[in-house]
Amino acid sequence: MKVLVPIKRVIDANVKVRVKADESGVELTNVKMAMNPFCEIAVEEAVRLKEAGTASEVIVVSAGITQSQETLRTGLAMGADRAILIQTDVALEPLAIAKLLKAVVDKEEPGLLLLGKQAIDGDNNQTAQMVSALLGWSQATFASKVAVDGDKLNVTREVDGGLENVNLNMPAVVSVDLRLNEPRYASLPNIMKAKKKPLETVTPEDLGVDVTPRVETVKVSEPPARQAGVKVASVAELVEKLKNEAKVI
Amino acid sequence: MSILVIAEHDNAALKPAVLNAVTAAVELAGHAGGDVHLLVAGENAGAVASEAAQIAGVAKVLHADGAEYGHGLAENLAPLVVKLASGYSHVIAAATSFGKNVLPRAAALLDVQPVSDISAVESADTFVRPIYAGNAMATVRSTDSVKLVTIRGTAFDAAAAEGGSAAVESTDSAGDTGLSRFLGQELTKSERPELTTAGIVISGGRGMQSGDNFAMLEKVADKLGAAIGASRAAVDAGFVPNDYQVGQTGKVVAPDLYLAIGISGAIQHLAGMKDSKVIVAINKDEEAPIFQVADYGLVADLFQAVPELEAALDG
Ligand SMILES: Cc1cc2nc3c(=O)[nH]c(=O)nc-3n(C[C@H](O)[C@H](O)[C@H](O)COP(=O)(O)OP(=O)(O)OC[C@H]3O[C@@H](n4cnc5c(N)ncnc54)[C@H](O)[C@@H]3O)c2cc1C
Ligand SMILES: Cc1cc2nc3c(=O)[nH]c(=O)nc-3n(C[C@H](O)[C@H](O)[C@H](O)COP(=O)(O)OP(=O)(O)OC[C@H]3O[C@@H](n4cnc5c(N)ncnc54)[C@H](O)[C@@H]3O)c2cc1C
Repeated sequence: MKVLVPIKRVIDANVKVRVKADESGVELTNVKMAMNPFCEIAVEEAVRLKEAGTASEVIVVSAGITQSQETLRTGLAMGADRAILIQTDVALEPLAIAKLLKAVVDKEEPGLLLLGKQAIDGDNNQTAQMVSALLGWSQATFASKVAVDGDKLNVTREVDGGLENVNLNMPAVVSVDLRLNEPRYASLPNIMKAKKKPLETVTPEDLGVDVTPRVETVKVSEPPARQAGVKVASVAELVEKLKNEAKVI
Repeated sequence: MSILVIAEHDNAALKPAVLNAVTAAVELAGHAGGDVHLLVAGENAGAVASEAAQIAGVAKVLHADGAEYGHGLAENLAPLVVKLASGYSHVIAAATSFGKNVLPRAAALLDVQPVSDISAVESADTFVRPIYAGNAMATVRSTDSVKLVTIRGTAFDAAAAEGGSAAVESTDSAGDTGLSRFLGQELTKSERPELTTAGIVISGGRGMQSGDNFAMLEKVADKLGAAIGASRAAVDAGFVPNDYQVGQTGKVVAPDLYLAIGISGAIQHLAGMKDSKVIVAINKDEEAPIFQVADYGLVADLFQAVPELEAALDG
């Protein structure tokens, strides 16, 4: 079984994001970029499936600008076998990404798609559900445990009330959550090896997909700032303030 | 055209976030015109449909009943939403784990780009939503003919659960796709208020050191009628279950009072609680970033301060 892992290049989670003065977006020049943390978890899970003999090949795919190659190389260094870059300068929406991924799936015929549950820039939490719909496959979002069981997949999902277990027909789409695994760091020899692994580049036109956005960003602005508060000297002062000043207890 | 709200429930009762979604829908109807309808798809969920009909502002309840809707499986719900969507200008759901699971799937089937987790309605097609863990607010305009939107519960007040008298109409099932099966669930049992709707939340972080130490927070929570939350670090360490996690990738809360105990205040955590009315931080490190958003900060060892707090609440 082939496993396809769509991965995204995003601003590093540790970077303090700044809104541009002209409100056209956030500052991306000279900002450290990295693989979306949830995508790292998805790659790790796919590589583990290969190490366990369940998966035959792990393919990472990313849609975006040329620099997304770096993210794909990181995926290859973690243990993926080959990579596909869907190259475009268009700011892609999940619907467009889902259509691009469907085109890749139609060609590669993987048995499983592992995606991050959300990208930490757009925070959309949509892509996995949308590609699953377009493929007409089963879906399990927010996975904290994934186990292949013959031609079925058992998944534990993190839901608002706790955990939920579902059994999926394969092929399936799974979006992964934080507790699924702890992604490995790529070792230096593996980073070197990754440079020689195949990386194919295609365009949305090659795949016959129209990526015209449906949602227009009118502006991007600063969130309302919180007023800095005060330090209290003791628990007694805290309780007094909560009772008499803030009046919340 | 009207606005359809997809209702989340457990076949016995509605989830509280439905009431927030109804408020957003009423607001949208103010811009777009039309009525607010509620879709209750469930298994033997007649009581839920009746409950939904009581909500102020709801004009009609569509009730689809069948085993295929017993557990909220997205593969079965999405085609039902698709079948109904043509009659609506907007289809909305709360941005809960249920709404996030179902709505994008329905949107893809409709060839619509959904808008996730909005915190404000500007007009019938323009919405505000946080991006980058709430470090920026994007104002976005949807050009799709039907708009599929999830709403951030904390950004919209709850509609009155009573006062309405909507008609309940049954609607045909869209069938069972048979793609997936529900096996079971392990729900966290608690007598406390639900985290996302509680008036007071007390959250513990890595500084708590163990799950057992959360008993200290429980005692305070008992006295305040508070819900208990946690940072990702506390969940990852296994102190508390996953559904306690507050933050960018956990739950978003905005209570009247949020107490952060032994939490440093990483941006990912702040994303889930910085809209709280009053924030209290107890941390032994006076440089901890949580103090930058706290209304009241106490630099102290939590193992001393929390029992003291519990005792002080008696007075
Ligand atoms: C300020 C700002 C303005 C923007 N303006 C526009 C605009 O005007 N028009 C527009 O179309 N878009 C715009 N975007 C982009 C858009 O908001 C999202 O970043 C994009 O739609 C992808 O959503 P997401 O990454 O949040 O998806 P999610 O659904 O949260 O991603 C979940 C998972 O899907 C997979 N995935 C996501 N993206 C890719 C990818 N590119 N390649 C491979 N796998 C992927 C990954 O596995 C990821 O973990 C803008 C973004 C920002 C931050
Ligand atoms: C993709 C991604 C998503 C994430 N999503 C989330 C999310 O949704 N929610 C979330 O919370 N985090 C999230 N995080 C993690 C986040 O970046 C932080 O790592 C996390 O919030 C830290 O938790 P903490 O404050 O409990 O731990 P720490 O940062 O270790 O802080 C512990 C604090 O406790 C204090 N302390 C220790 N002992 C005592 C004592 N005896 N008395 C008083 N104070 C004490 C310390 O001074 C310190 O400030 C995410 C990270 C990533 C990369």
